[in-house]
Amino acid sequence: MTEFYILMVFMIIAAIIAVETKNLLSSVICVGAIGFGGSLMFLFLRAPDIAITQIVVEVLGLILLIRATISRDLTFITGDREFFGTVISVVVVFVIFLAGVRVFETLPEFGTPIFAQTPGAASQTYIEKGLEETGAANLVASVILDFRAYDTLGEATVLFTSIIGATVILRYKSRKRLEESD
Amino acid sequence: MEGMTVIVKTIASWVKILIFVFGIYIILFGHLTPGGGFAGGVILASSYVLLMLAFGRKFVEQNLPLSLASKLDCIGAFLFALIAVLGLVYGGVFFVNFLYQKYLPGQPLELISAGTIPLSNIAIGLKVGASLFLVIFALSVCCKDLRYKDAKAESASNSSANKKE
Repeated sequence: MTEFYILMVFMIIAAIIAVETKNLLSSVICVGAIGFGGSLMFLFLRAPDIAITQIVVEVLGLILLIRATISRDLTFITGDREFFGTVISVVVVFVIFLAGVRVFETLPEFGTPIFAQTPGAASQTYIEKGLEETGAANLVASVILDFRAYDTLGEATVLFTSIIGATVILRYKSRKRLEESD
Repeated sequence: MEGMTVIVKTIASWVKILIFVFGIYIILFGHLTPGGGFAGGVILASSYVLLMLAFGRKFVEQNLPLSLASKLDCIGAFLFALIAVLGLVYGGVFFVNFLYQKYLPGQPLELISAGTIPLSNIAIGLKVGASLFLVIFALSVCCKDLRYKDAKAESASNSSANKKE
């Protein structure tokens, strides 16, 4: 349990620094530190699949963000925040925090599976019959690609659509033609 | 010279193969060990990001043209949907694991097992790798383009100022 608290405090401090610092590069590095802390958290919670995905995506995103930050000249943020906007965001975050406290009260105790509280939950079926029904030794793969393959299809569709949008908006040739026509 | 120094280029040309093979391993063994299509695809894309940072944009565009990357992206998405439709045709239910249940049971904990799950992993890995490569390439092109535009506007304003003088 202690390592979770240490990691949590580390991530909260990094998040506060990322919001409060004036230097854009150190803010980006703090965002990366939050991601690596989350990856370590998944590893300690014995979810290596998610830990691998998290750390790989984090590395790629950090490279992109640092590259984008370095190539710009203006990396210092100036000016103060508005008082009204700060008050509204604090109130909204507090309401979400209260709702989260109510949700966490209904969860089972930390470390116990959810089917210990509600018998007949779907996760129990996955763990008991996953190997004999799908033949995959990695139960996570059997869940995301067999039992819940619709989720994966939706995720793939979202990724495909966003890639189409990004390549259409950022494409090179039309910009060139526009410049030439000017 | 485009790209970084000779040291970075040499190390990158050694390491890129290791990263690529590790990504293929993560994809192929996704049904046995932690990992899977998504993580492996991101690792494949990151090997190309390493090449892009070390050797520059043109080198990567010669190795993996944009048209080929978008074709790979579409092929991955199409394969994943095809596996689902084949489940509907041969197994009667959309996304059913027809290979494992009818044709190729296989032993658990072996490489060829679990029916359609490794095939889906390969399709998703292909799709994610190609699409992330496309995104990063589009972003780098966009940044270059904007900087080029800024420099052009600056030089234009300079020349107009010179004319006024």
